[in-house]
This record gives sequence, structure tokens and C-alpha cells, in this order.
Amino acid sequence: MIVSVGWYMTLAAGLFSLGAVGVLLRRNALVMFMSIELMLNSVNLTFVAAGGELGLIEGQVAALFVMVVAAAEVTVGLAIIVAVFRRRGTANVDQLSELEG
Amino acid sequence: MFETIVFIVFAVVAMVGAFAMLAARNTVFSAMGLLATMFSIAVFYILLDAHFVAAVQVIVYAGAVMTLFLFVIMLIGVDRIEGRDEEIPFQRPITVVLVVGLFAVIVAAGSSAWVTGWRLFGETDLNGTIETVADALFGTWMIPFLSTVFLLTIAAVGTIALAQFGPGGLHAVDEDDDHEERVS
Amino acid sequence: MIDFLWLVIAFPLTGAAVLLLFGKRFGDPWAGWVASGTVFASFLFALPLIIPLIQGTEEAQTVFIYEWIPIVNADISILWDPLSALMTLLVTGIGTVIHVYSIGYMRGDGRFGRYFAYLNLFAGSMLILVLANNYAMMFIGWELVGFCSYLLISFWFVRPAAAAAGKKAFIVNRIGDFGYIVAMMLIFFVFGTFDFDIVFGSAASELSHGMAVAITLLLLLAAAGKSAQIPLYVWLPDAMEGPTPVSALIHAATMVTAGIYMLARSAALLDLAPETGTIIATIGVITAFWAALIAMSQRDIKRVLAYSTISQLGYMIFAVGLGSYVAAMFHLTTHAFFKALLFLGAGSVIHAMSGEQNMWKMGGLRKIMPITFWTMVTAWLAISGVFPFSGFWSKDEILASAFVEQSWVLWAIGVATAFLTAFYMSRLMFLTFFGEERWPEGTHPHESPAVMTGALVILAVPTVFLGGINTPFALTFEHFLEPAFEFVQLPHPGEAVTLVSLAVMSGLIALAGVGFAYFRYLRRVPQQATGGYWSAAEDGFYIDDIYGRTIVLPGKWFAGWLAVSVDEEGIDRIVNGVGGSVRRLGDAMRPLQDGWVRSYAAGIGFGALGLVILMLFVGGVF
Repeated sequence: MIVSVGWYMTLAAGLFSLGAVGVLLRRNALVMFMSIELMLNSVNLTFVAAGGELGLIEGQVAALFVMVVAAAEVTVGLAIIVAVFRRRGTANVDQLSELEG
Repeated sequence: MFETIVFIVFAVVAMVGAFAMLAARNTVFSAMGLLATMFSIAVFYILLDAHFVAAVQVIVYAGAVMTLFLFVIMLIGVDRIEGRDEEIPFQRPITVVLVVGLFAVIVAAGSSAWVTGWRLFGETDLNGTIETVADALFGTWMIPFLSTVFLLTIAAVGTIALAQFGPGGLHAVDEDDDHEERVS
Repeated sequence: MIDFLWLVIAFPLTGAAVLLLFGKRFGDPWAGWVASGTVFASFLFALPLIIPLIQGTEEAQTVFIYEWIPIVNADISILWDPLSALMTLLVTGIGTVIHVYSIGYMRGDGRFGRYFAYLNLFAGSMLILVLANNYAMMFIGWELVGFCSYLLISFWFVRPAAAAAGKKAFIVNRIGDFGYIVAMMLIFFVFGTFDFDIVFGSAASELSHGMAVAITLLLLLAAAGKSAQIPLYVWLPDAMEGPTPVSALIHAATMVTAGIYMLARSAALLDLAPETGTIIATIGVITAFWAALIAMSQRDIKRVLAYSTISQLGYMIFAVGLGSYVAAMFHLTTHAFFKALLFLGAGSVIHAMSGEQNMWKMGGLRKIMPITFWTMVTAWLAISGVFPFSGFWSKDEILASAFVEQSWVLWAIGVATAFLTAFYMSRLMFLTFFGEERWPEGTHPHESPAVMTGALVILAVPTVFLGGINTPFALTFEHFLEPAFEFVQLPHPGEAVTLVSLAVMSGLIALAGVGFAYFRYLRRVPQQATGGYWSAAEDGFYIDDIYGRTIVLPGKWFAGWLAVSVDEEGIDRIVNGVGGSVRRLGDAMRPLQDGWVRSYAAGIGFGALGLVILMLFVGGVF
């Protein structure tokens, strides 16, 4: 059986869903962030698979761009998490909430 | 045949890695799981003839990003274990519903011709070598490429600012005074 | 020159605007001189324009100013004919005198500038009324003078009585205004316009009898409100709460005469409804008699004069009802002078007595205030109808026309009223100026300053001599006014013999009234009449009380009921309900903002899911 593009898509969908679960259910800010990275990776996989199926190089180009943005985002996001940790002493997003509504 | 086996093996690795990332109590184990997933995805890229992207995936994602994550994990709460209780009411059922829905919708979308546009271009042979990618990147997509330069610069500046002028930084602004002070 | 006639209205209105804005800065007494100046300017401007009308060389002219509401053919335009010219000179002439008098009377008042602003505003409004060329513009003036009356009556509004009096005047007036408005609607319905020229010109052909009766009855209602006739006279005695010059100008000489002017103007319509004429005459003469009865037992000098005004207005309305429009306007003119003089004189007395208005606390003032005394004597003799003062001629003409028309009952009532008038006015004079000094402790009466006595003297002259303009031997006034009554049948005067004997009789009756009062109040120690009838009369025969119980009280209950059941329970509930439901909505939505990042993330996730499904629907995937 040949691996068709649908396999890759389904796998990517699965990874995406798992990433979503991680964002919604984990309380550690770092793990949430990593889940977001997982989601980005699944999207990258989709891009490259679709590009291969359509014969367009743009799929890989898009994936590259996503990677650049993700890298920049990780940089700044981690800096924020560190700054928050320094001030509040915790990386648990539930404990960081100040709203009492 | 060979391709199928490799795919299945690394698909399993990817899923296990993802699960590990979700389920591990220790943050470092989560990072390890994600690392495994990323390597698997790099393998998938090779299977899809995207050699350059695969290399970049390993170097940037697995190499730089995950390393960065591990640095920060070491800095923060390595010894803290997350509790098991869920404080937000109904968060777990809601998550299940949402995620299942997302998965279903994505698969449905992916199977539809309207979204994917399969059979529009026919079978072509795509070679994901550096030359092909570079041609596209520095040709048609030059401007987005240059924009990413700006993006990275801004990200770097922002990070430095957060580190130096944020709480606990070297040049943190003391809130009682108007001018900067060295915080020892 | 006549094209600029609108300046006559503009001068006092500008004065009012300026004084409203800068009155405080002008101060006492400059604000007063500015105000007097504007009215005097109007007088001087109008004066040369009346001469061609007197000489008979000019007919009536209209001066168009401004197209106001084209859809109902209502314009702002001025009608300059003998009737409006007469009223204009009366308003501006007597107005100037009273303005100057007020400078002395209102000296030291905190709101000096505001007072003169209101007076100027009133003058301008009255001029709009009398110079109007159509019912709509006249209504503007009509309403405005009512408003100014309210402002001026309640000028010292800190006194609850004054504030209440202002309210009462406005509300009672409003009932009359209702009559005017409905009359206007009917006039428009029949004629399609409000213009006097068109309405009066085509009245004979266009107006059905029933319509004429309806319109004239409604106009009578309006006049009854404005000119204080039965049943709407109750505001005038209370209006004495205002400063005395206000009483002189508005409630004697000008505003209250607006009703009579309006009816005289509408003579063409009244002619087509003789039944209304009878009703008008009856109401007029009954009001005259009734008010005279009440005046006889009043203690307050101003209230005597107030009821006296109601009574004399009754005479004028009586004349209008009989169709003797000239007689009515003649009495209006003479009354303006002597009544203004009486009020200003009373003001002078009150000023001298440091605010005391009760005649039983006065007495023997004639030696101390000679100018006031002698000028008031002229007015007293005029109003009592003593020969040869002005009032004799004008009142007699009304009674004579009643006799000639053979309305015997009404004539008899008129004669009786004349007797009572002479009686109570003499009573007023004897109690105030003659006899023993019954002053309260610490009063030092003195003659008033020149600004005030000067006004008295100026007004005294026409009081004495003005009768000459319309004697039965020289009907100058009638000829002057004739063009204004183009479409009207003026009554023919009776034979000379009848007229002379009637005149002699009027003169004797007047003297009888004076004599009666002399014996009661001068010959012996005067006392207020007591007894059931007299205290009832003093209370105005309890009319105010009756109105209060039958109309005011139910009105208050109704208003109270409305306030609770409609306003509080109905409208407030709805409005508060809206507010309450918004709050409840907010409360219901508040849990969405719980501060947990992950629940926000779930929200975003659901939103994204929904959008994707929507897009897939659009794309036809589902």
C-alpha cells in the first residue's frame, strides 16, 4: 500500500488535536507553549504534504516561513515566561490569574 | 513498501512523543517527547522529498528551539510537579468535545475537493532541493523573506529588552525612583 | 418710512435681549433708562405715521416682513390701520411713562435689570399682537404677553404667593388660549388662511351662520381669559402680587385690553353671529356688576383697583357685544390713561407707606402727597364718570348705545354698575387720602420722587381732556376708526335728545355714588362693613374657593393618580426594567471572564471550530 497524501493529513490532524489538548489541559506555561509548537509542526507537515501532492514548491516555502516565525515567537514567548516567573514566582497559569470574577 | 514501513514506524514515534509531551508530569520529559515528535516529522519531510525543509527542521526546531526550551525549563520549576486536579469546571469534557470536533472537521475538510483542490495539477515530480527552494524563496517570495528579517530583528530586540529591563534584569527600572538603577 | 415699521417691534425686543444679557452691568438706574428709551423710540417712530391716518388721507397699509409658514399661508406682516395705530401709540406712550416711573419704584431691587428686560419684552410682544395682520402672528403676540405677564407677576417669586399668582395667571390664560387655537383652526378650515384682509373681506360670503357662531364663541372664550371676564377673571386680583407698575401697564392699560382689541378686530365675524353678540354683551355687563360688588368691600388698595379693572373691561366687552366697537375702543383708551394713573398713584402711596397696602391703615395723606393726591383725584373723577372728565364721555357712550339698542335689562345693570363704581372709588379715595391718620407704627410717608410724580402728571392730562375726542357733537374718534371697520355695520347713534338726557342721568348717578360714599366714609368715622354678605363679598363670593374645590382639587388628584399609575408603575418600570435586564444580562455573561487562560483558549477554539464549519458549509462540503 502506498502512503498517500491522506495519511499525512490525518496524522497531521491528529498531532494538531493532541497539541490542542495540551494547550487546554496543561497548566504549566512551558508545556502549553510546547503544545503550541506541536500544533505549528503539524501545520508544517500539512503544508509540505499538500505541496508535494500539488507539485508546488510553495508548500515547502510556506513551511520555511512558518518555521522562521515560530522561532521568533519562541524567543519572545520564552523571554516573557521568564520575566513573569521572575516577578510572580510561578509558571502555573492558573496561579497567575489575578481576576476574581 | 519501504516507505510505508518507515511511515508507520515514525508515525507511531510521533504520536507517542506527543502523548508523552501531554502526559508527563516532569517538564523535561515533556520536552523530550516533543523532541522525538520533531525528529519524526523531519523524517516525514524526507519521505515527501522536502530535503531542505527536513534539514532546517532538525537544525532550527530540534536544535535551537528545543534547546531553548530546555534552558528555560532548567531555569524554571524543574522541581515543581504539576498537580492532578482540574480547577476549571467542565474543562476536561469541553476539551474532549472541542478536540474531537476539530479533528473531525479537519479530516472532513482535508477529504473534500473544495479545500484541497486535488486533481487540479496532476502528478508532477517535485524535487525539494536547495536550488528549487532557493529559486522560489529569493525569486517570487523575496518580500516575505525580507519581512522575516524584520521580524527576527524585532524579536531579538524585544527579548533583550525583556531580559534587561524586565523584573530582575540588570537595568530594571526601580518603581520608586524616576531613573534607572543598578539592581544588585 | 412705513416699510421700516417693524422697527417699532424691534426696538423693545432688542432692548429686552440686551438687558437680559447685560442688565446687571447696566445697573440701577441705567437699565431703566435704556428700556424706557427703546419704548420711547418706538413711540416717536410710530407717531408721524399716524398723522395721515388721522387726517384721513391714508387708508390702511400692510407691510410684509417675512414668509413664516407657507403651508398655512401664515406670514409675518404688519397691518397699519387706525385701530392698530391707536393701540400702538397707547402701548408705547403709556409704556414709556410707566417705564420711567418704574425707575423710581424699583430702585434698590436686586433684579433691577431683569425687570426692565421683562418690561421691554412685554412691550415688544404687545406690539406684535396689535400690529399683526393675521390671526397666527397675533397669536404669537397673544402667547408672549401671557408669558411676560407670568414673568412679571411672579417677579418677586421668593414670595410663595407671588409664584402661585403667576402660575394661576398663566394657567387660566391658557384656557382662553385653547379657545383661540380652536377658533384659528376653524377659520383656516373655512378660509384657508389667517389673513385679516381675506378673512374679513370674504366673511359675508364664505362663512356659514353656524360656523360664525362657533368661531365667535371661541374667540369670546379667548377674550374672557385674556381680559378677565367671567368665568376666567380669577387671575387678575391675584396678579396684584406683582410690582405696581406692572399692574398699571399690563393689567390695566394694555395686556388685558388685548381681548377687546382682538374682538374689535374680528368685528366682521361678530357681525355675522348676532347671538354671540348678545352672549358677549351679557357676560360683559354681568362681569362689570359682579366685580363692582366685590370691589366695594376690599381692604387692599390694589385689589380694589384690580376688581375695578375687571369691571371696566366688562363695560368694554359689553360694548363689543352690542356692536358698538367705537365706544368700546373709546372706553379702552380713556380707561388706559386713568387706570394706569390710578395704579401708579396707588404705587406712589404704597411706596410712601413703606409697602403698606391696607387702606384701613392709611388716611389723611392728601396734605403729605399733594401731587399724588391731585392727579389721583382726576383719575377718580374720570372713572366715576363725573362730567366733564374723560371717563364720563366714554362710559356714557357705552350706556347710551345699550339704551338705543333697546337692551333694557343690560342697560339697567350697566347703570347700576356705574353707581357702584363711583361709590367704591370714592370710598378708596376717602379712606386713603382723607380722614384720620391710621398709620402703623414707624411709617413716615412722603411724596414720591420726581420720576414717579412726573409720570402721574403726564397721565393726568389725557385723563381730564381726552373725552373731547368723541363727544356726541364731534365724533372725531369714530371717524378716525371707521376705516378699520370696513366690513362692519356700525350702529347709528340715537337722537340728540335721548343722548343728552342719558348723559345728564349718567352724570347724576355718578355724583350720587360719590355722595353716598362721602356720607359713609367721610362724614362719620369710617368702618369696614361687616356681616355675612360683606365678608362673602370681601372673599370674592368664594369663587376662588369653588374653583379650587371643583377644578383644582380633582386636577391634582388626577395628576397624582397619573404620576403613580402611569409614570411610576408604567413608564418607570419599563425604563428601569431595561436597565435591570441589561444588568442581569451582564451578570449572566460575567462568568465568561473568569481569569483562567485555558477557558479563554477553549473559547477561542470553539470560535475557530464554528468558523471553519461555517466556511465548509459555504463551500458546499457539508
